[in-house]
Amino acid sequence: MIPAAFEYSRPTGIDDAVRALSEGGEDAKAMAGGQSLIPMLRLRLAVPSVVVDLAGITDLGGIRDDGDALVIGAMTTHDEVLNDELIKTHVPLIAQATATVADRQVRHRGTFGGSLAHADPAGDLPSVAAALDASFEIAGPAGRRTVPASEFFVDYLTSAVQPDEILVSIRVPKLGGWGSHYEKFSRVAQAWAMVGVAAAVRRDNGTIADARVALTNMGATPVRARAVEEALIGGPASADAVAAAAERAAEGAEPSSDVSASADYRSHLATVLTRRAVSAAGRL
Amino acid sequence: MTHISMTVDGVRYDDDVEPRTLLVHHLRDRLGKVGTVVGCDTSNCGSCTVLMAGNSVKSCTVLAVQADGSDVTTVEGLAGRDGSLHPVQRSFHETHALQCGYCTPGMIMAAVDLLAENPDPSDDEIREGLEGNLCRCTGYQNIVKAVREAGAAMRTSGQQVPPAKPAERPETAAQEVTT
Ligand SMILES: Cc1cc2nc3c(=O)[nH]c(=O)nc-3n(C[C@H](O)[C@H](O)[C@H](O)COP(=O)(O)OP(=O)(O)OC[C@H]3O[C@@H](n4cnc5c(N)ncnc54)[C@H](O)[C@@H]3O)c2cc1C
Ligand code: FES
Ligand code: FES
Repeated sequence: MIPAAFEYSRPTGIDDAVRALSEGGEDAKAMAGGQSLIPMLRLRLAVPSVVVDLAGITDLGGIRDDGDALVIGAMTTHDEVLNDELIKTHVPLIAQATATVADRQVRHRGTFGGSLAHADPAGDLPSVAAALDASFEIAGPAGRRTVPASEFFVDYLTSAVQPDEILVSIRVPKLGGWGSHYEKFSRVAQAWAMVGVAAAVRRDNGTIADARVALTNMGATPVRARAVEEALIGGPASADAVAAAAERAAEGAEPSSDVSASADYRSHLATVLTRRAVSAAGRL
Repeated sequence: MTHISMTVDGVRYDDDVEPRTLLVHHLRDRLGKVGTVVGCDTSNCGSCTVLMAGNSVKSCTVLAVQADGSDVTTVEGLAGRDGSLHPVQRSFHETHALQCGYCTPGMIMAAVDLLAENPDPSDDEIREGLEGNLCRCTGYQNIVKAVREAGAAMRTSGQQVPPAKPAERPETAAQEVTT
């Protein structure tokens, strides 16, 4: 199908883009890579009157080292993330999860910030951002604000970014001394996760000193598996302890049932994949 | 209407387009580049794959306005001016890597993109690299073989994997066309 008609602008500054969105009101929509938005425009699930293309804003690109964290520009494409040395060195979890996103063509256009702002619970990067305790810099008519991952994912396809706001960058703490792993289960190639698990583990010899686990597609937003984290932290770094903790993966989660999996099956997958992800992250 | 200017297969085009126009429709309906096809319209099949600034993209999932200022290569821009086939085209022909041929333009463009990054991919890397392209005739075996053999041919001949940029292609002095 062909999208409904809309007005198009490609501002070059963040403030101009915010102004264009404010003037456009409720019906204005920001566009990053368009890899989620254009399919929705084509199906007329989205019918904005104004589309503000962020591709001309150079300030939204680039990845920079900021001491104990990396700051990733929202418009950084999946492909750029995959080829970035800073990410490979300091947060390999992002590179590993990004490699499983879609296919080469989509990764050439789709962006890190777009995946997060889109807040699809089946997306691979929201749970990674949740596991990493990322924080989000957002620009709006009233200026800039910073939102932690725990408040960023509000509901299904709804992030804290308001219609007249722009996600500028994502700040991700470096994982020095941590092991990490993303485990994704999907039925066919180029498929969304039925369930995915992002895990980061810090070991102190035979003990698990710290652990973070977040789940993809186990509810309307990415879910932190707090019960698993509590069970792991301070316990032995052993296969038995990880298996016991993983039994609690779906605690508090409200997975949906759909054509690809029932809620019960998703809960089962969450346990199995958590065991695998934590074991790999903890090098067990 | 938004004014856009892009170079497609070595020729510069200036046009006024509706912002909602998909790149694939612009290429086919306005510029006559009907070698690029629409297979699914849901961003899944990859038959509409072209190169934009040297990277593979699904042209059904790019607006023509997003390609403003870009260099686009379609399957029609791969062969030499004398009609000599690009090694990936030749290899698809020789290994019979097509049945109905509908997925072929996209498969070839995706393969050109893959080989530019990885000139000597393993069979697994080829399958993974082409995951964005579906063949409804399911002729994957020969497609993988074609990509493997094209890679080998290009490594021996030292041929440039991506097609030469228009500026570097002296015989196609970029001409300006307004449609
Ligand atoms: C065939 C296919 C398969 C896919 N498979 C996967 C997969 O396996 N895993 C996965 O995680 N994803 C997958 N995706 C989605 C892909 O990762 C998209 O790139 C991503 O969801 C959206 O990124 P985008 O840059 O294209 O955003 P767009 O489509 O441009 O925007 C998406 C939404 O976010 C908003 N937005 C984007 N950027 C900003 C910003 N900076 N500020 C404010 N709002 C913004 C837009 O207004 C829009 O509502 C797939 C997509 C396709 C087409
Ligand atoms: S027509 Fe573009 S992906 Fe199928
Ligand atoms: S040859 Fe028929 S779709 Fe691939």
